[in-house]
Amino acid sequence: MNTTFKAMAAAIALGLPALALTTGPAFADEMAEGKWGEYQVGDKRSGYTYAGPETRAMQDDEFQNPAMLWLDTGMSEWENAAGDAGKACADCHGDAEESMAGVATKYPVYSEETGKMMNLEQRINFCRTENMQAEPYKWESDELLGMTAYVKNQSKGMPVDVSIDGPAKEFWEKGKEFYETRRGQLDLACTHCHVDNAGNLIRAETLSQGQGNGFPLYRLKWQKVGSLHRRFRGCNNNIRAEKLPYGSDEYTNLELYVTWRGNGLPIETPAVRK
Amino acid sequence: MQRKTSAISAMVATAAVAGLALTAPAQAADLVDYKVVDDWTIPESLTGQPGDPVNGKVVAIDRKLGNCLSCHKMPIPEEQFHGETGPSLWGVGNRYEPEHLRLRIVDSKVINPETMMPAFYRVEGLHMVKDGFEDQPILTAQQVEDVVAYLMTLTEEEPQTN
Repeated sequence: MNTTFKAMAAAIALGLPALALTTGPAFADEMAEGKWGEYQVGDKRSGYTYAGPETRAMQDDEFQNPAMLWLDTGMSEWENAAGDAGKACADCHGDAEESMAGVATKYPVYSEETGKMMNLEQRINFCRTENMQAEPYKWESDELLGMTAYVKNQSKGMPVDVSIDGPAKEFWEKGKEFYETRRGQLDLACTHCHVDNAGNLIRAETLSQGQGNGFPLYRLKWQKVGSLHRRFRGCNNNIRAEKLPYGSDEYTNLELYVTWRGNGLPIETPAVRK
Repeated sequence: MQRKTSAISAMVATAAVAGLALTAPAQAADLVDYKVVDDWTIPESLTGQPGDPVNGKVVAIDRKLGNCLSCHKMPIPEEQFHGETGPSLWGVGNRYEPEHLRLRIVDSKVINPETMMPAFYRVEGLHMVKDGFEDQPILTAQQVEDVVAYLMTLTEEEPQTN
């Protein structure tokens, strides 16, 4: 919704005809000409710019975007007291719209407590186990996806701004190495598809740059919201490589590298993709 | 240069010396030796048999086997959505001899180490291969020969659309 308003405001400021604001095809044509608006920063392009017009429309319309159901779950979990401490997120963090604005742009972050990188899912579960004394949410549960999407949604439209300075550097290097290492029976590295061939077709699929700024997102193929780690597992499986566990150090470091690649792109959570 | 499935030979030798039962996966044991000439060709059929171009087309299309359409345009109009990360295979039978195509399918990285194209008949030097696919080439030796035979039939050049 924010995004739509911004695009409209920009269009009005530029004095574009009102018709272009209200008709899908005109908007689609504009996208087809390579004017990606805020979805492109330099040569970085959000997966949005590789998606079809129907998929983009589904993401843009709050009432059509199926991920909103998960956002609702996250919103109610925010208020839901759990664990031995008897606290809800809201008891410490208050109104998420204020306290969480901009927070997700920095994740993954280096954690002094664990001595490694922590993504948003891990930070949420860390808070649950350490502060709420509650059970961690299970990976890919509606609760964890919903809470992650809800928190990240508070940064919607803000540029991704992950730091790889200081202690994060060595984890970034591990993520980069993963990204560039061939694996699986098909012997492919992430780079072969998402750097060398972004925009090209693999059969009916247009390869994207593999940016993470829309996650967690609703994927039509999944018929639900999923995490970036789920997407990593799918990619690894496609090339007949070993899938690593959700939240594994390897995937978290990879998430750091992938997210850093997209620094400057706007947070789109919850995005919709094919 | 002689390229061998040395791991298999070593396993066989070790097992023989130790008097152990051979437990190497059947697929891996099936990998045949072949000779690469000038890092450019494999002159001889992997199986000693000619390839079957009809089955070669089936293998080329099958998403679990050759899956060639994933990356290459081919003169197969009945299949929608041809990929574009690799070169078009229209007319490929005019540009190459079987010995060239054989190496490109068996292990294209001998020719270009940077290529995206998987080695369809190699099990060594792979990393983090999914359970159930270790020590298995993507295609069998006969499937490689069948695809070579099929590709040699592709002599029609792609019609110019402009």
